[in-house]
Amino acid sequence: MIELKDIDMTFGIGTPDENHVLNGLSLKVNRGDFITIIGSNGAGKSTLFNVISGKYSPTSGRVIFQEGDVTSQPEYRRARYIGRIFQDPLLGTAGNMSLEDNMVITQKKGFKGLKISLNHQLREKFRKELVQLDMNLENRLSDNVGTLSGGQRQALTLLMTVLSQPEILLLDEHTAALDPKNAAKVLELTCRFIEKYSLTAMMVTHNMQQAIDYGNRLLMLDNGQVIFDVSGEEKKNLTVDLLVKKFHEIRKSDFLSDEALLS
Amino acid sequence: MIEGILVEGLIYGIMALGVFITFRILDFPDLSVDGTFPLGAAVMASTLTAGWNPLLCLLLAFAAGAAAGMLTALIHNTLKVPGLLAGILTMTMLWSINIRVLGGRANLPLMRVETMLTRFQHGLGAALSQPAALLLFCFAVVLVIKLAMDFFFHTDLGLTLGALGFNEQMIIAQGIDPRALKYIALALANGLVAVSGAFAAQYQGFADVNLGQGIIVSGLAMVMLGEFILRSNRIGWLTSRVILGSIAYRAIMYAGRYYGYYINLTPNDLKLITGILIIAALAVTKLQDKKGAAKKGKAKK
Repeated sequence: MIELKDIDMTFGIGTPDENHVLNGLSLKVNRGDFITIIGSNGAGKSTLFNVISGKYSPTSGRVIFQEGDVTSQPEYRRARYIGRIFQDPLLGTAGNMSLEDNMVITQKKGFKGLKISLNHQLREKFRKELVQLDMNLENRLSDNVGTLSGGQRQALTLLMTVLSQPEILLLDEHTAALDPKNAAKVLELTCRFIEKYSLTAMMVTHNMQQAIDYGNRLLMLDNGQVIFDVSGEEKKNLTVDLLVKKFHEIRKSDFLSDEALLS
Repeated sequence: MIEGILVEGLIYGIMALGVFITFRILDFPDLSVDGTFPLGAAVMASTLTAGWNPLLCLLLAFAAGAAAGMLTALIHNTLKVPGLLAGILTMTMLWSINIRVLGGRANLPLMRVETMLTRFQHGLGAALSQPAALLLFCFAVVLVIKLAMDFFFHTDLGLTLGALGFNEQMIIAQGIDPRALKYIALALANGLVAVSGAFAAQYQGFADVNLGQGIIVSGLAMVMLGEFILRSNRIGWLTSRVILGSIAYRAIMYAGRYYGYYINLTPNDLKLITGILIIAALAVTKLQDKKGAAKKGKAKK
């Protein structure tokens, strides 16, 4: 469904700061996959998402969606198939506008015309969807999004993104900036929505236990390559210790500093 | 005097609405306004002098302003230069264009030409006094523009524009090209500014290439003054307060002109007053923000 072929991504080519972030990375994402991605800082997790979403265009290699080769498509065009949620809860919504106005903007992808969609019927629909969040947001449709807490905003972003029915959901450490209680809540909602709307999703996380507990497939990134790709039964039987051992086997490098970062 | 303040406040209020779109909604500091205001005046004056239908002249003024706004957007979008520079470029080039539109001179009087304003005044001359008729006309024009703008920002496209200035990433994520939106917003804003210039030329009885000098700063002062008058988030109130701010600004300028000489102020000092007004507005806003943050901090404890 999504295929990355031999992606190379080098920043600052020809400068002393040249940085080879992705190193011939190839990956095939199947429909219905819920992939968790781990890897230490600088392994290329965020760059991978940026290449898929089109924020960066790869130095070489191809990005192929169901629609065809999208490697040269600009970010805004590709965005019609992608729902991306960032770590920063402020990035998914416009804080200066009301909940309902925000939801009007995101309910459908693509350029908007000169019609007023917001009516009683649509408000009812929004209300019904917001009830799922269980945050009493259904009674705050005309409040500014800026008055919501970080957790509420991220949950709202998640709901808005899911409702636009993207082909793939990219979750870029989307709970990392939240307090533990809200993080758990947003993660729980994420799983529920992925199941309910049978979405294909990729989730970057820094928490190994989380990566093991959620999803049906796990990727470990290191030095711009997928060094470990596990799914099905094998993934279910994983433990953090096993994962660390696996990493040692593959890399045979000092894992101490990375372990500290990952757990 | 009071009619003068209201009429000028309303006419320049249209310009302030344009400035509000770029500076406040789009978060794009567009300086083309200094060129599109006299452009509107020049197009209006030269087409009126040629004997064209006034309504068509006004439409042409709007179109000319919109085209200039799109030029700014084009420079900004394709060459990736900051909006500030793109606006300055357009403004500078427009100075030459405006002189050409005026027929190779810097000033075109409209004294003996029938304008929209004089037509309306004559039409209603029997029923109303001339200043009252003029005021009524300007009020009606501004009301129509304000209501049209309110409607536009309620549409899906308008809402998207509203989000763009605050969160461009969100707009990209919706599969919308932010560049396209910038074309639309800059065209709309500068079209309004040109319409304001067209009315200003008719009101003053001439179009001058220097009509726009420093107009962007006064427009900004109007928008900021309005923000003091009332606080709201509803577009209907936002546009209303821009016009109220414009009238307040005119009142202050009148006061400066009429009573300023008591403290040795001359009309030449009005720009200084405008600048100080903006600085004061910025300072007060900053202070209020600090107070607000302090209060919030306390509440949390």
